[in-house]
Amino acid sequence: MITEEKQLYTVSIYTENNIGLLNRISAIFQRRHINIESLNTSPSEIEGVSKFTIVVNMDEVNIKKIIGQIEKQVEVIKAYYHSLDEIIYQIAGLFKIKSELLFEERQIQNIIKESNSRIVTVNKEFFVLEKSGKKEEIMELYNQLAPFGIMQYTRSGLIAVTKEEMKISSLLEAIKNN
Amino acid sequence: METQTINTPKKATKTTERISGSEAIVRCLIEEGVDILYGYPGGAIMPVYDELYKYQDKIHHVLTRHEQGATHSAQGYARISGKVGVAMATSGPGATNLITGIADAQIDSTPMVCITGQVPSHLLGSDAFQETDIVGISTPVTKWNCQVTRAEDIPSVIAKAFYIAKSGRPGPVLVDITKDAQFAEFDFSYEKCTKIRSYNPVPDTDIAKVEAAAKLINAAKKPLIVWGQGVILGKAEEQLKAVVEKAGIPAAWTILGASAIPTSHPLNVGMVGMHGNYAPNMLTNQCDVLIAIGMRFDDRVTGSLNTYAKQAKIIHFEIDPAEIDKNVKTDVAVLGDAKTSLDLLLPLLNETSHSDWHQKFKDLYAIEYEKVIKNDLYPTKEGLTMAEVLKEINIQSKGEAAIVSDVGQHQMIACRYADFNVSKSNITSGGLGTMGFGLPAAIGAKMAAPHREVVSISGDGGYQMTIQELGTIFQQKAAVKVVVLNNDFLGMVRQWQQLFFDKRYASTEMVNPNFVAIAEGYYIKAKKVTKREELAPAVKEMMESKEAYFLEVCVEKEDNVFPMIPSGASVSDIRLE
Repeated sequence: MITEEKQLYTVSIYTENNIGLLNRISAIFQRRHINIESLNTSPSEIEGVSKFTIVVNMDEVNIKKIIGQIEKQVEVIKAYYHSLDEIIYQIAGLFKIKSELLFEERQIQNIIKESNSRIVTVNKEFFVLEKSGKKEEIMELYNQLAPFGIMQYTRSGLIAVTKEEMKISSLLEAIKNN
Repeated sequence: METQTINTPKKATKTTERISGSEAIVRCLIEEGVDILYGYPGGAIMPVYDELYKYQDKIHHVLTRHEQGATHSAQGYARISGKVGVAMATSGPGATNLITGIADAQIDSTPMVCITGQVPSHLLGSDAFQETDIVGISTPVTKWNCQVTRAEDIPSVIAKAFYIAKSGRPGPVLVDITKDAQFAEFDFSYEKCTKIRSYNPVPDTDIAKVEAAAKLINAAKKPLIVWGQGVILGKAEEQLKAVVEKAGIPAAWTILGASAIPTSHPLNVGMVGMHGNYAPNMLTNQCDVLIAIGMRFDDRVTGSLNTYAKQAKIIHFEIDPAEIDKNVKTDVAVLGDAKTSLDLLLPLLNETSHSDWHQKFKDLYAIEYEKVIKNDLYPTKEGLTMAEVLKEINIQSKGEAAIVSDVGQHQMIACRYADFNVSKSNITSGGLGTMGFGLPAAIGAKMAAPHREVVSISGDGGYQMTIQELGTIFQQKAAVKVVVLNNDFLGMVRQWQQLFFDKRYASTEMVNPNFVAIAEGYYIKAKKVTKREELAPAVKEMMESKEAYFLEVCVEKEDNVFPMIPSGASVSDIRLE
């Protein structure tokens, strides 16, 4: 069943590691006025193969077309799309906060403990808190910290692995032997 | 992320020679079988031109009068020959002037390799003289592009460029080469590219899908084929003809599919789309099975998608998986190249005639003939029509000329009325609709196929967008026949203004120069026709000329092209007047 309702999808693209490919892929979204919610590039499980993880809010009819356009690019090996319930994903958030608050506001210590976040570094001026999880969890932490004052805040793109097997290795093997 | 430079494997087997990057570029082109290339020199590409000077007995460089002309000439060369067209330019403005032609080749799937010079690599990103980010600029309009900053990468990148440009669904490729890479010396050897692991140009044809298609076709009472350029690019003209004849299916064509089956073939029922023929457009919405072959359901073909062939089962034979269900939802999609797929299909088809169904096409043709065609070809009014000119060209060329049209009213008339009895005879800018395409494309076509009669047909508007290429015709002694159908208007826009903007003719009236004098200024034989009795002898004289010939025909100023599917309307709402 193909749904026409918009929802968040992750697009996972396995590619050759090439200058300019990011431009080529982002142009496919830009042309169709699709806003990229988040984007991450990294090496993949296969040596020499890169992986893009892009999050977009779209309907399934159109995401299928987008996948077609992406796979058409010469240096794209394979592209997949998944709804959020088909993947295991994490987002990281970083919060920079004044160090004095850590000692003066008991509540902050509780927030850190209860939110399962981690202090990355502390110095005289500030400390940095890291929290990985779903977007809602990071936003919850943000909302709890905001009244005390956040010096800097940033959130990473979504990274994901699928619940289902990705057949990219066997695909590459088949190409090699072809 | 760590980014790698181009991965050129070290070769030990082949014999190598130490040469410069610029010489390597020319040697690569020769290895790829390039005999003619079109271009324009300038600072950042000068080392390559120096080598072209040395190799001029092996490879002929055509100096166009503008880089845009170089791309269109390369396109004309590619479209008539099926080979890869090559255009070359310097960095900066030279490179940006290629973009229109590249975009045109991309949307019309024309194999083309463009080579541009670039500022030395240490100046990249410094806003150096004549520096543009041409790789960035050309990305959305190329099938692939690449910047080379090391001489040793030149052979592998050019090999890849040609392979990508011509394989699968063809398209334009741009290779940008820095000046230091052109000067540097390295050990040259050349190996053609035959495979890229991330790229599958021709998907395998699934026999089960072919069987499913055959089943639908055999059960059909009112089948209709609409074929596109995929048939020509896939060299599947014979296969298409065999399928059409065996299954007795009326077959219509898109603008770029024209000439794959001769106009005179009894099952050729004409052109689909905005200014196509009445019968195939109307009957698109009556057929029970629509068989699309190597076409992409462009909006100029389908009109409103909400009312396009909704009653029909749709079969789509297509090489590019991204085209499946892009515009029209298919019932059976057969991936693969047209030749392979149709070869597999043919033995599965029943011999049929569908004579009642054919009669419908004939009946609707009779209506179109009465309302439109008769008046276009045999007008009773004083002014000349564009169609009359095509009629004379058909007579003189026996329908064997390659017609290279520009964009606008004359283009639609040329496609509607030219006799196409030889494949690859309709060279025109279909998808992009590039005014100025015609004249330089005709030069490229004539040089690629000197044995063929090549007639460039333009309007007075588009002609003046690349009129300077008359200089190329003169310098190359290219025997192109150049026809300008002059109505002193940007006719197609004027037609829309008349029909949809209450005749407010905003900036469509043209005050034109003495076209004959301009042609004569380039030492090209020229004639102007204003009266009907002058037309036939003038066309005869032009077609008999061994050299280039310019013919201006002054036609009725405010004629319209019909039939017409208004923009956004249904194919069956096609208007005859």
